[in-house]
Amino acid sequence: MELLANLQLGFDVALTLQNVLYCFLGVLLGTLIGVLPGIGPVATIAMLLPATFALPPVSALIMLAGIYYGAQYGGSTTAILVNLPGEASSVVTCLDGYAMAQQGRAGPALAVAALGSFFAGTVATLILVLFAPPLAEVAFKFGPAEYFSLMVLGLIAAIVLARGSLIKAIAMILLGLLLGLIGADTNTGQFRFTFGLPQLADGIGFVVVAMGMFGFSEIIANIERRARREVVMAKITSLFPTREDLKASWKAVLRGTGIGALLGILPGGGATLGSFAAYTLEKKVAKDPSRFGKGAIEGVAGPESANNAGAQTSFIPLLTLGIPANAVMALMVGAMTIHGITPGPQVMTERPELFWGMIASMWIGNLLLVVLNLPLIGIWVKLLSVPYRILYPAILLFACIGVYSLNNSAIDVALALAFGFLGYLFIKLDCEPAPLLLGFVLGPMMEENLRRALLLSRGDPTVFVTRPLSLTLLVVAAALLIIVVVPAVRKKREEAFQE
Amino acid sequence: MSISIRSPRDFCAGLIFLFFGTLAAYIARDYPMGSAVRMGPGYFPYVLGILLALLGVVVCIKSLLMHGERIESASLRALSLVLGAVGAFAGTIEGFGIVIATALLVGIGAAASPESRPREVAVLIAFLLALAVGVFTYGLGLPFRIFPV
Repeated sequence: MELLANLQLGFDVALTLQNVLYCFLGVLLGTLIGVLPGIGPVATIAMLLPATFALPPVSALIMLAGIYYGAQYGGSTTAILVNLPGEASSVVTCLDGYAMAQQGRAGPALAVAALGSFFAGTVATLILVLFAPPLAEVAFKFGPAEYFSLMVLGLIAAIVLARGSLIKAIAMILLGLLLGLIGADTNTGQFRFTFGLPQLADGIGFVVVAMGMFGFSEIIANIERRARREVVMAKITSLFPTREDLKASWKAVLRGTGIGALLGILPGGGATLGSFAAYTLEKKVAKDPSRFGKGAIEGVAGPESANNAGAQTSFIPLLTLGIPANAVMALMVGAMTIHGITPGPQVMTERPELFWGMIASMWIGNLLLVVLNLPLIGIWVKLLSVPYRILYPAILLFACIGVYSLNNSAIDVALALAFGFLGYLFIKLDCEPAPLLLGFVLGPMMEENLRRALLLSRGDPTVFVTRPLSLTLLVVAAALLIIVVVPAVRKKREEAFQE
Repeated sequence: MSISIRSPRDFCAGLIFLFFGTLAAYIARDYPMGSAVRMGPGYFPYVLGILLALLGVVVCIKSLLMHGERIESASLRALSLVLGAVGAFAGTIEGFGIVIATALLVGIGAAASPESRPREVAVLIAFLLALAVGVFTYGLGLPFRIFPV
């Protein structure tokens, strides 16, 4: 069978000593930053990107992917033990996880989170294996019109799924699209928005924007919030969940995996959304919803499985269509481009070893995470006692060195500073930065495909609705938009995000 | 009924969007627009700029009608010292080398936190200097100048 041959190839690549090592390094670093609050996967991957320049592309991507799902994993540890979500995707884990820890059941909570995540990771890897090839097949039928419509769908989904105000999310996307256009126009060579600066001719680097908006501005906001953080650590007595725990949680794991995997594939989705949705679902189906928030193990098992499944399936749009679904995937595009790989359906046929190797490494990475996390939990907890005032200057330094060494350009560091200021402003004004980043990456691609589509149709704008694939994508986008504008659904959405 | 700003956060956000949208559309006007068949480099950014400016206006108007949260006060110390530290790094890394740039970055940056302690900062600077020179410059081979010439 072709599938097995592909998997075989993938494991052959992923199981070389070198790649296992980089996978390990990736999940280790991912867990580290997942445990430490105040620095997310976007900033970390941006920081480490220069360090992977020298690696072969497969190893580099395996390591970067490891950082991403490792971070989802590590984030839950702090959520359960000290009520601090290490990542946005483990915010809901705090609710019941910390409650369990206070009742002396931190061990079972951690174990269920780890095992649920491992299960979810395995299923999500299988989903990738099964669905990526047929999707890539479809992607080969895509012309510029379809790509444009797909990106419209992606951006609309990002708006719908963003927290907070819809209008502000749309505006952030538009601003991102505009920022993405800075530099020389690919078709005509015309300099746009460069203000006469030659350093802007190639556009602003993606890492520069990401580091400013997710790195620097977060650090400033964290220093401000410092005052009200106190760490009261729960004791871990036994790691083993009781029979009742397992009985109560296995269904939640299944549901969480399903919902997380599904939401992860959606453009704009990813890990965070899945965990919120899974928590809401668990509360809905529970016989006694009042237990939630007071240490219900389903409230840990569901969201934790969901965020891991979502983290993994969010690779699907990137690997098959070449379109990043969220900010981390946008960074992966940057990483692939640096290594001379254009993301898209052709990766699977032209670089099968890269494609399947990366997928196989995800399963290996998940296995490593269980091994890494459960026995070593004490070490991770110790890390939390390092005060932020010592941590953040080091993060600042790594961030600056990372940004500088991308192009050996001090201007880039100064630009990141400007984006840090802008990002801080947006935090204060309650505007989510993620849609901006997505728009920034998609901006040039969108313009390019729009131009090509109209050129091919001789300026006939109906091309987007007369081609069936393109029409379908646009109809889905319109449906999504209508759904959120309908008042009843809108209220639900707000409820879901409030919990 | 008098007009007052009911949601300061949204009002400011709207102004920012309006500003960037107008700026983009204004600049893009000077680029060739082309036609729908052969779009010029001005077409897409012009449309985006207009849309962004319009959304800015909508957000502003909404902020007059609907109540929203106030803007939390900003810590000028954290903001100015963190950004100042990054600026110092950017300004010194090429002319003065990694040692001075790192020392400035960590020294200024650490002062941003109200909890910072001078002795700790000194140790931290020494440690990170060793890291920047040992690991990044020699270990990873990043092309930094170490000292000013």
